[in-house]
Amino acid sequence: MSSNNGLKIFTAPFNNSNPVTVLVLGICSALAVTVKLQPAFVMAISVTVVTGFSNLIISFLRNTIPNSIRIIVQLLVIATLVILVNEILKAYVYDVSKQLSVYVGLIITNCILMGRLEAFALGNKPIPSFIDGIANGMGYGIILIIVAFIRELFGSGTVFGITIIPESWYVANGGFYLNNGLIILPPMALIILGCIIWLHRSVNKDLQEK
Amino acid sequence: MGLIKEIFEKMKPTFSKGGKLGMLSSTFEAFESFVFVPDAVAKSKGSHIHDSIDLKRTMSVVIIALMPAMLFGMWNTGYQHFLSVGKDAGFVDMFFYGFLKVLPLIAVSYAVGLAIEFASAQIRGHEVNEGYLVTGMIIPLIMPVDVPLWILALSVIFAVIIGKEIFGGTGMNIWNPALLSRAFVFFAYPSKISGDKIWIAGLENAQNVADGFSGATPLSYAAANEIDKLPDTVDMFLGIIPGCIGETSTLAILLGAAILIFTGIASWKIMLSTVAGALFAGFLANMFGGTPYLEMPAWQHLIMGGFAFGAVFMATDPVTSSQTETGKWIYGFLIGIVAIIIRLFNPGFPEGMMMAILLMNTFAPLIDHCVIQSNVKKRLKRKSIL
Repeated sequence: MSSNNGLKIFTAPFNNSNPVTVLVLGICSALAVTVKLQPAFVMAISVTVVTGFSNLIISFLRNTIPNSIRIIVQLLVIATLVILVNEILKAYVYDVSKQLSVYVGLIITNCILMGRLEAFALGNKPIPSFIDGIANGMGYGIILIIVAFIRELFGSGTVFGITIIPESWYVANGGFYLNNGLIILPPMALIILGCIIWLHRSVNKDLQEK
Repeated sequence: MGLIKEIFEKMKPTFSKGGKLGMLSSTFEAFESFVFVPDAVAKSKGSHIHDSIDLKRTMSVVIIALMPAMLFGMWNTGYQHFLSVGKDAGFVDMFFYGFLKVLPLIAVSYAVGLAIEFASAQIRGHEVNEGYLVTGMIIPLIMPVDVPLWILALSVIFAVIIGKEIFGGTGMNIWNPALLSRAFVFFAYPSKISGDKIWIAGLENAQNVADGFSGATPLSYAAANEIDKLPDTVDMFLGIIPGCIGETSTLAILLGAAILIFTGIASWKIMLSTVAGALFAGFLANMFGGTPYLEMPAWQHLIMGGFAFGAVFMATDPVTSSQTETGKWIYGFLIGIVAIIIRLFNPGFPEGMMMAILLMNTFAPLIDHCVIQSNVKKRLKRKSIL
């Protein structure tokens, strides 16, 4: 593997093959955990860890897994990692773990994971697979964080829990401003995601369908 | 006239393709065709009948039809305000007060909406069309008079971009843009569009409210099962009740409906079937009864809240309603039923018209599809019998 190739594997998920905006995978959790930045951030890290290590493990095993039962083996690896992540979150960041609720467990069903295992880890060496997994997790995470930033700023007036919009602007304190209640709801997350895809495609002309 | 024509002719090369301001060509064209008849006419090859009714004329007729509701809304805004502070005022004072309250809403709605329309036409290289004229007038009429201007502007941006432009502009949208803007405010800033205090100009922060004045709309009395507190039927029909600016007066809306039906712009089938659907749901509720609201005469639903406005001006939107004639009956009937069901059974939404129309907008293409398919099947059957 040349270093150039590794770099390409690493950068692709941030642009031309972003799992969320181009492949449109993992939308469910992108809508569910992006109301606030903190859970979105934790979710992004969790998914990155799980994609990275599941890619690595499956890549090590790729020559020994019988083709007919590969999905079940992949699920087993993913499930083990997700349970580990879930237990760690419960132990160290209990509040966030409670906010994320079922969505950590549902990482198992995140299409990005199976997609990367099937498309990359089963056919590539462990190191490139690991890079690919980490990069895809981060490509997913960065979209999550952008969406969560917009939703938290306009929906709650905060960023990472720190008040950004001055208190004196609010109607309750004699100002004019109100938080946008729609942006807290999942439909608006979908619309924001759509706008990001729109922006991405208008900047990157390669992605536009003819 | 000659002078203006000369000015336009002189400016034309600058704004045509390849000219200095070529990128603004569609803006130029919009203003030129606003002043003069467009240059481009259909070629005389082949046979065609030219109907003089175009988008511009359709939109102008709807604007005229909206005038009674708007003018009445202005007067009612003033009337309700002076009633709330317990002051006597003449007709002119009331109208002028309302005029000053409503005018900024209309100005902001048009300024923001048209700016987006012009910008997106430039970006796409399309002609600017009149699609926003009616939407821009309806949006202020279905808002409470005290809605903050920045919220109105945001809702217009949302409606025009997300509701219309991303689908391809005028004529391509799935949902009625005006209703989408109202839905945006309803979910994003619920405190500004629901409750008892926001329907009357200046009531929210008022210090000197007259004794016994509440500001609740008939629908909120009804939703609280206080049917005995409903205003006089005549008052509700004339529209001397609190509510959104243009929705209160059933009489003014009926005038508009008469104009729309007489000129053939809006479908009378949709209006009639919407009313029929509402009466049907209302009668069903009457039959089963149980609470005072359920037992309220079904026809009273027609003169409360935004039902009449929605049925006449929003459900009949030719873009988002069903296109087939049978489909129009089904579409309207279901709007009426859903609207009344939401009113009667969902305590969170005293008014169901907005949701009902948006929901049926979504299903309109499906209704059309089913109508067309059943027609195809019928004809195939007839053929096989012969």
